[in-house]
Amino acid sequence: MDNIIEIRHLCKNYGSVKAVQDISFCVKPGELFAFLGVNGAGKSTTITIMCSQLAKDSGTVIIGGYDIDKDPDKIKSELGVVFQNSVLDRALSVYDNLKSRAALYGITGKAFQARLAELSELLGLDDILKRPLGKLSGGQRRRADIARALLHKPKILILDEPTTGLDPQTRRTVWDVIGSLRKNDNMTVFLTTHYMEEAADADYVVILDSGKIAADGTPLSLKNRYTGDYITLYNATNEQIEELNLPFERIRDAVRFAVPNTAAATELILKHPDTFRDYEITKGKMDDVFLAVTGKKLSGSANTDA
Amino acid sequence: MTGLSGLIRRDSKMFFKDKGMFFTSLITPIILLVLYATFLADVYKESFAANLPAGFNLPEGLIDGFVGSQLFSSLLAVSCVTVTFCSNMLMVQDKVSGARFDLTVSPVKSSTMALGYYISSVLTTLIVCYGATGVCFLYLSKVGWYLSAADVIKVLADVFLLVLFGTAISSVINFFLSSQGQISAVGTIVSAGYGFICGAYMPISQFGEGLQKVLSFLPGTYGTALIRNHAMNGVFREMSEIGFPSEVIEGIRDSIDCNIYFFEDNVSIGAMYAILGGAIALLILAYVLLNVFVRKKSN
Repeated sequence: MDNIIEIRHLCKNYGSVKAVQDISFCVKPGELFAFLGVNGAGKSTTITIMCSQLAKDSGTVIIGGYDIDKDPDKIKSELGVVFQNSVLDRALSVYDNLKSRAALYGITGKAFQARLAELSELLGLDDILKRPLGKLSGGQRRRADIARALLHKPKILILDEPTTGLDPQTRRTVWDVIGSLRKNDNMTVFLTTHYMEEAADADYVVILDSGKIAADGTPLSLKNRYTGDYITLYNATNEQIEELNLPFERIRDAVRFAVPNTAAATELILKHPDTFRDYEITKGKMDDVFLAVTGKKLSGSANTDA
Repeated sequence: MTGLSGLIRRDSKMFFKDKGMFFTSLITPIILLVLYATFLADVYKESFAANLPAGFNLPEGLIDGFVGSQLFSSLLAVSCVTVTFCSNMLMVQDKVSGARFDLTVSPVKSSTMALGYYISSVLTTLIVCYGATGVCFLYLSKVGWYLSAADVIKVLADVFLLVLFGTAISSVINFFLSSQGQISAVGTIVSAGYGFICGAYMPISQFGEGLQKVLSFLPGTYGTALIRNHAMNGVFREMSEIGFPSEVIEGIRDSIDCNIYFFEDNVSIGAMYAILGGAIALLILAYVLLNVFVRKKSN
């Protein structure tokens, strides 16, 4: 199977609001795929359609080789979803939550206990299994959410802003788990996030703006296409800096020049070898890409999407 | 039906773990029981004694048994339906909390989800209502017990049927609700109104003729009549044994809705069961169809 997810010409309107307008993209097996966009860009609408929770107006959605119009239940078996906000039952313990959800996939009795043991080891659930979900911290709840999404060993894990509102340590833990799943199980991860550094680690990125795809590609290709490079120069004298005759930005103990690309940076360095003795070249960031593509900044805060 | 038993377990656990839902469901039976035991029983008793035909006297215990049976049948007739609106609240709460989305993202069928809510609501309501029935039996044993074993079994069966009926109605109504405010409003309206339209708070025979005809079209009327007939069988048997004329007994049965008339025809007990059973089947069918077709369309 070349693509595990294929979306073609997907459209969805809410009355006069065009939430998703003719978007097409593919996800390859095992990929970390990032979906970026401000609130209302159409990310959650697309995910909701992929989860068979919302009917599309037109277009085709094929997941794991199944057409969503013909085999929605087969697609549901392939997907694990971690929602933006925990939607497990707060009154029930983590154990009861996982048991009740596992039963929906026909996983009961010894099969459930075996799977629970695996997940407990992966996510460190032992301490929280008997505790009511409502009494857990945000990070503990997130671990329970991920366990729920993985109960039936899905091929695709959909993460809707999984680390929003979490402390850095818990974010690290979540990404370690996701990394391990990708490495060991070749799991495809479909991610929406507000954190640009998370998107920068993706294999492929789609930027949505007002329901349309504004840009897509690997992080590197997007950076090359939409941002330039930066040269950070250390220990240069004022005369050397002025001699370059380029606009620059002063930072604590260095100056930074923006150049169109890496080739231009190389040319500049070779032209002034005495000036460039201590320097570094960095690519533009995904924030710069997003700003260049949409003219908007991502807030990085926990919000809902259309 | 993959997941049905898991859903029933989950929904039932949620009912008992959610103190709001559990205690709200107990309010109707407790309030009615306290009202009846402390105040209304005396009012009913005096009214009944005052309306006995001249020259007829009844032993105190029989009057107490009569009033107690009437009140307890009213309490159960109301509770079996109103409690379901509390126990079935989870259906709406799941929409509000987003849990519904988490459940339907799995390959569980809409009809299975619907049945899960229905069956768990029936089970939890039965626990509450059989608890209330037990308390009522205790109360009757104290004031005047005239029930035979067959009467007790029939009352228990009536409670079961009424719970099936109430859960089916609440399922159909709750299907259209999507907020906590809406379900509170519906619960309040049902709690306040159902007792009147089913003839539990006030016998239908005391309403105007037009209203009586309208109410005779409602299946709940026959549910109340069934439970009242079986709760009062023993008292009427006793009256007959101590020499009360059958005409007088029939008059009393008419006045407290043991006899229900559909236009001019006295509806038999068998017909009452058929009406209630038919209503339950139709409502469950409507509920499942709503879940299968309307939910897909609303997406």
